Amino acid sequence: MLAEFGIVLGKIAFVLFLILNGAGILTWVERKQGALISDRIGANRASILGIKLWGLINSLADAMKLAFKEDYSPPRGLHFLHSIAPAIAMFPVFLTFAVIPFGPPIELWGHHIRLQILNLDIGVLFILAFGSIAVYGSMIAGWASNSKYALLGGMRTSAQMISYEIILGLALIGPILVFGTMEPAAMVNAQNTLLWGWLPRWGIVVQPLAFLLFLPAALAEGKRAPFDMPEGESEIIGYFTEYSGMRWGMFFLGELAEIVVLSAVITTIFLGGYHIPYLYDAVEQAGQAGFHFPWGSYWALGDWTVAILRIIAFALKVAFLMWFQIQVRWTFPRFRYDQLMRVSWREMMPAALLNIGITGLILMLLKN
Amino acid sequence: MIDVKPVNRSKLTIIQNSYYPELLKGLGVTMRHFFGNLARHTGRAIGLKTKDPMVTILYPEKTRHIAPRWRGRHRLMTRPDGSPRCVACMMCETACPDDCIKITAGESPDGRIEKYPVAFEIDLLRCCFCGLCVEACPEDAIRMDSGYVALGGVTRSEFYLDRDFLLHNSEMTTHAQFPGELDGMVVKRVDLSKQSGGH
Ligand code: SF4
Ligand code: SF4
Repeated sequence: MLAEFGIVLGKIAFVLFLILNGAGILTWVERKQGALISDRIGANRASILGIKLWGLINSLADAMKLAFKEDYSPPRGLHFLHSIAPAIAMFPVFLTFAVIPFGPPIELWGHHIRLQILNLDIGVLFILAFGSIAVYGSMIAGWASNSKYALLGGMRTSAQMISYEIILGLALIGPILVFGTMEPAAMVNAQNTLLWGWLPRWGIVVQPLAFLLFLPAALAEGKRAPFDMPEGESEIIGYFTEYSGMRWGMFFLGELAEIVVLSAVITTIFLGGYHIPYLYDAVEQAGQAGFHFPWGSYWALGDWTVAILRIIAFALKVAFLMWFQIQVRWTFPRFRYDQLMRVSWREMMPAALLNIGITGLILMLLKN
Repeated sequence: MIDVKPVNRSKLTIIQNSYYPELLKGLGVTMRHFFGNLARHTGRAIGLKTKDPMVTILYPEKTRHIAPRWRGRHRLMTRPDGSPRCVACMMCETACPDDCIKITAGESPDGRIEKYPVAFEIDLLRCCFCGLCVEACPEDAIRMDSGYVALGGVTRSEFYLDRDFLLHNSEMTTHAQFPGELDGMVVKRVDLSKQSGGH
């Protein structure tokens, strides 16, 4: 009992460590990547005793600056709501990671450990549900500030997020139909089978349209460019106008954590989770762990090697997606707000419905 | 009759309208920069002689090249005896489009010269660095070759330069006297007593 408790705590600590550090490092990655893309140098001035670590110290300096800034709350705003809104915006993002399997089940000291905090059979719904709670954070932030601009920003944000949540949900119905489950762990395992004997049955292979819809919708949900009107960094006033210091930093952290979490979600549902094509463990392939290539050759590997390779694969996929999201942010121009709404309701939504119809039809035909 | 000029607006092709191909093209551009620069930086870090891809000049450590005709902060020239060359003819004050030069003329103690500036003030906050004052001066008494690039200050009065400041604090180099040395901003004091010419 105590051991179980310890294991769960350990997993939670590990995941939090991963997300928080991931988000922290992303502030640096985002700057440096943007600098490289636009032939600049990027942040490189902060140093501790001359050690600059290619600008990584700048992130520390930023955190320190935020911590010491005045924590201003508008005198006529709703004080309580104003102070909890950043938390409401940030925590659902962290919670979403609870259902993500970040590695295969492992045996350690006689315990069977799933590398997933919570194995819910409605995991996908859990992800969507907590994704939508984040809307409240920005809406409440706008409302509690008692400022016209923040309120308008909050409304703009919630309209955008609600519009794209629908796309997220509809796009995920395709994979749910194909894999026949809503349980993330089962979804991941379903992706380790082969199509026609050679093509990994990843979500992106069997549901390409759903992927093309999910990715932009996820970017919009995470308020990332090219859908970053809610913040509009310096140009338009957003819902956190009245925030300063670490409370503003929490919104920022939440947004960066969302990059990590979204990458993990996309990896889990569309990129085969922690699986590497043709790599199976002992349970899946009758005692023969290792690579089973479609042309018949076989490369035996130990059980632990397989597990470690899989964890690395998951990390690499997530890292790739995070890199990709930042690349997108430095590439695409912003949508206009009406275009944003049009894309969501008049282009992506019919496409998502079409995807569900086609998927259903094909599945029905295959069954008969 | 009103002339109408029809503007040809090319319609977006289907490929452009479907958005994704164009997005991929854009991603191609940024990725080319990203990986190219990453490779060049890595190359430099391990000692290869790859090209420095950055356009940024790391300012306080490096300064940009100043062209010989750069118009920096003004300075007033002196005669070999140290008195100002200016004869208070007011040409520069008249030429200045921003009205930022203010000269108070007085009778010169030197018998050969009629007037000299008792006060000569330039308000740099109004100055647009057009150089017309330099062009206008018949005596080559005012120059803008002081090599000062970073003009910064915290109070307004720091930008209000008076005669003595212009005469003494700005005796900074110049390409005319030291050809080539201004490259990379070598700032030198000019020993005007060694100058020939003048009156
Ligand atoms: S540079 Fe132009 S604006 Fe400045 S003092 Fe000379 S004439 Fe006036
Ligand atoms: S600086 Fe030249 S133009 Fe101006 S008053 Fe003196 S002599 Fe005349």
